Parts: sequence; C-alpha cells; structure tokens
Amino acid sequence: MSLLRAEGLAKEFGGVRAVEALDFEIRAGQVFSIIGPNGAGKTTLLNLLTGIYRPSAGRLWLEGRALAARAPHEFAAAGIGRTFQNLQIFFNMSALENVMAGRHLHERCSLAAALLRAPQLARAERECRRLAAELLAFVGLEASIDAAADALPYGALKRLEIARALAGEPRLLLLDEPAAGLNPSEIREMDALIQRLAARGITIALVEHNMKLVMDVSDHVLVLDYGRKLAEGAPDAVRSDPRVIEAYLGAGD
Amino acid sequence: MRGLLALAAVVLLAPLALANNYHYEIAILAGLNAIVCVGLNLLIGYAGQISLGHAGFFGIGAYGTAILAARYGWPPLASLAAATAAAALLAWLVGRPILRLRGHYLAMATLGLGIIISIVITTEDRYTGGPDGMSVPPLALAGAALAGERAWYWLVGSLLLATVWLSLNLIDSPVGRALRALHGSEVAAEVAGIDSARHKLLAFVLSAGIAGLAGALTAHYAGFITPGKVTFLHSIELVVMVVFGGMASTFGAVVGATVLTALPQLLTVFKEYEMVVFGGVMMLTMIFMPKGLVPTLAALAGRRR
Repeated sequence: MSLLRAEGLAKEFGGVRAVEALDFEIRAGQVFSIIGPNGAGKTTLLNLLTGIYRPSAGRLWLEGRALAARAPHEFAAAGIGRTFQNLQIFFNMSALENVMAGRHLHERCSLAAALLRAPQLARAERECRRLAAELLAFVGLEASIDAAADALPYGALKRLEIARALAGEPRLLLLDEPAAGLNPSEIREMDALIQRLAARGITIALVEHNMKLVMDVSDHVLVLDYGRKLAEGAPDAVRSDPRVIEAYLGAGD
Repeated sequence: MRGLLALAAVVLLAPLALANNYHYEIAILAGLNAIVCVGLNLLIGYAGQISLGHAGFFGIGAYGTAILAARYGWPPLASLAAATAAAALLAWLVGRPILRLRGHYLAMATLGLGIIISIVITTEDRYTGGPDGMSVPPLALAGAALAGERAWYWLVGSLLLATVWLSLNLIDSPVGRALRALHGSEVAAEVAGIDSARHKLLAFVLSAGIAGLAGALTAHYAGFITPGKVTFLHSIELVVMVVFGGMASTFGAVVGATVLTALPQLLTVFKEYEMVVFGGVMMLTMIFMPKGLVPTLAALAGRRR
C-alpha cells in the first residue's frame, strides 16, 4: 500500500533547481533510502516532506489523500515525523522532557487544565512520562533519562532525536543522516536501531551517506543527482547501476 | 511546590520586618512588579520571545481602570476586569502579526508598540489627564473600600502567590513544555507538532493580561497614575528584573522584581542615577551570571550538595 506519493515535486531557490520534477512512492512498512552526492537535494526533499519548505510545484498524497498541510506542525499532525542532520535538540530540557515534548500531538491539555493542574492532567503526565522512558530505553538511552540534554554526547543526541520523533507516533519517520559524525561502533548500533524500527513496522525514509548502512537496512533506494531522480529500485540493483556509479565516482574517460 | 511554600512563608512573615507604612508600600510595589515579571518571564524566559513594550500593557491596565472608574463611574472591580481584558485583547490583536518576527525585529516591534501606547496616553489628556496624570478611585471589595497599606499588602501577597502557583502549573504542563521546546528549537518544536505561532501568542497574551492586571491594581493602590509608569524605561526595568532574577525561573522573576524595586529605595542618594544603577546591574548580570541570580545560586547550591 502506498503511504506517501509525490508527483512532480519541485523546489527552486531563486533560479537554482534544488529538486526537480520528482515522482516517487513510499510503501507502508518500507525502509526507503534517499541517496546521492552532496548537494543532490536530499535534505531539501526532507524539508519539502515536512513543510519546512513549500514546494514550487508538485503534489503529495498521504495514504491516497492529497496532503493539505501547510505549516510544519500540520505535516506532523498528518503523521510525518523527522530527525535533523544538524541536531535540533531542546537543550533547555532533560532527555526525558525532550521525548515528552515529542508527544505533544497526543496530549489533550486545555490552558485552564494546565493552569489549575487538573487531576486528569496528572494521570496523563504520568502516562506520558512512562511512554517517554520506554522510548528512551528502546533507543538505548535508559541510563540517561534524567540527564540534561546538553550533558549528553553527540551519539546519544542522535538517538534522542529518534526517540523524540517516535514519541509522536509518526506513520512516516524521516531520518536525516542518522549516522553522520558517528564512530564505527556507534554506526553499528544505529544500523541495529534502524532495523529494530523497521521490525516494528515503522515506515522510514532515510537520507544517509554511509553506503554500508543504506545497503543493510533499505528495501528501496532512490538516487538523486542535481535534484533529479537518477535511479530507483532494490539496493543491489541500484548499487550496480552504471549511472549511479558514474555520479558517485565521476565520469570515467 | 516547596518553592511556593517558601514564598508563602516569606509573604506571611515579611510583615514582622515591615516597620512602617513606607516599608509596606515598598513591599506592595515589589509584589506588583513581581506579578508582572512572573508573567513576563513566561514570555521571555520560557517561550524565548523578547518584549520591550510591556509597560504599555501595564499602562493600559492602569489607565483603563482609571478612566472607566473615574470618568464613567464603573464599579472599580468591573473596571479592573475590563482593563485587564483590554490589555490581553490588544496583545492578541497585535501579537498575531508581530510574533511572526524574530529576535531584534520582535524587540523593535514591541518597543514601537510600547512607545505608541505611551504617546497616546500622554497626549489624550481629555481622558488621561496627560502628563499631569489622573486620580483613581479606591478599589472596593463587597461595598467596602480597600484602604490601608496592610489590606493592600495581603491582597497583593495573595495575588502574587496565586500568579506564581498558576505559572508553575503552566510550566510543568504539556503547554509549558511546548513553550520551552520552541525556545530550545523552533523548527524541532514545529515538526513535533507544536503550533509555534499559537503558543507564542498564548504566552504573549497571558503576560500582557497579567501586566494589565498589575497595572490596574497599581493605579487603584496609588490612587493616582502618571504616564511615568508607561514609558519605555519602565519596560526596560521590567526586562532587567526578569533577566537579573533569572530567565526561565519563576522564583527568579519574583526575586529580581523584589530586589530591583527595593534597591533604588534603599539607595535614595542615587535616585538621580536610578537608570544608571539598572544599566550597571544588567551589565554585571550578563557578564558574571548570564543565567541570572536564582538559577546561578541554585546551581552553586546543587554543586555543594
């Protein structure tokens, strides 16, 4: 079943075409990887899928329905969650609070209830805290639950972002270079974490430079070059595609 | 909650140290400023949005209730409520466009708003008495006029405790978490589903309403109001109180407001240089304890333990 479908998606920045006439389809339960050389438009694409950029042209369908969201929080409400290549952590909070903030969409709390500390709010908060702790354990941060976010090492923050995104129970989770800046053992852990996410049935769109990781976890790979689709298919087919090899290694002469 | 109990104890026990009406007056003014700062701290400290125009909302509360009560004969409680609502309503109306601005631009827009309110109050002398100010009828509760420093002390003390309680509750709720999140990273807050515009507006309107209420109370308490309290300088004083006490600390706002209200009174010889003292406090705070007094002390205490 198609979870997300893009048709003719394009983004121009003052004449520079960062993404051009892009068609693709992410199927439910897939790990869908987006690869390509630097500047190919991968992060721009993720920004288009989360409302941070507004497309110059093209349309998006989520589960067969045209996606009407405009602001990023509306994309989140529609069920698209994400992490960031350059960390966007709430450094003014603890690790647990970061994840609790990620549950915002599932919290029903009126201003009056918040101001007066309504009894049903206390129950909801306990439940939110429990779920957030569970997610931290799931990404392997059970020892850092009460740590201030700004006291955590880089590798832990990468996983904290994933836990926060999971807290929103997204139907589609976008991971923007989750392995960037990690050491080899951390990359192996990230590989295992993504496999565990996939095993849970979470649909993932992954932007990543680490080819071993991409080949390990992906069901489907989309290759971008200069904002256009260069190739698409199963990981093995894409890896042996001469156009992909050329784009990565440069034209042989 | 321990902090709230400690504050309640301070409010209850402070009269033992207040020897005369003048002391009570300083305590009442400190309490009123603390109420404004607790609200302003929601905006500056928690939501991370700067306002250099809150004296304007304070002025709308003060002059709103003064005009309705003195010129139109409204019962003071009704005029107080209407003036508070007017401050919140104005914040809601102007907040939508100006909260789309960030950083310096937001500061400039709120600064402009504060100055406009100040100019209108100074020039519309038919209603406001202009630069000479106007007198304000006393606040009446259940038919009896609220008079005397002691009665006002208990009123302001209880309102301060209520404001602090509400503020602590809010910060500790999903709404408060959303405010802190958008301070931490607006883009991450948005992709977590937090409507940043709505939450900024909420903090802006709440803080403006609280400033309006404190302004209205100040007018009734003093019995006389001049445009001096509506100036840009007063907006700056309020921001300095919040920053000095400690951003993102409700008790910091209370301590900052109390210290910086009492300090100029204690140093009456420096009266002429009050703004110099404020400027100096701001600079020293930024250099030596950028997190503000209360968070810095709390961190020190935590380290010793």
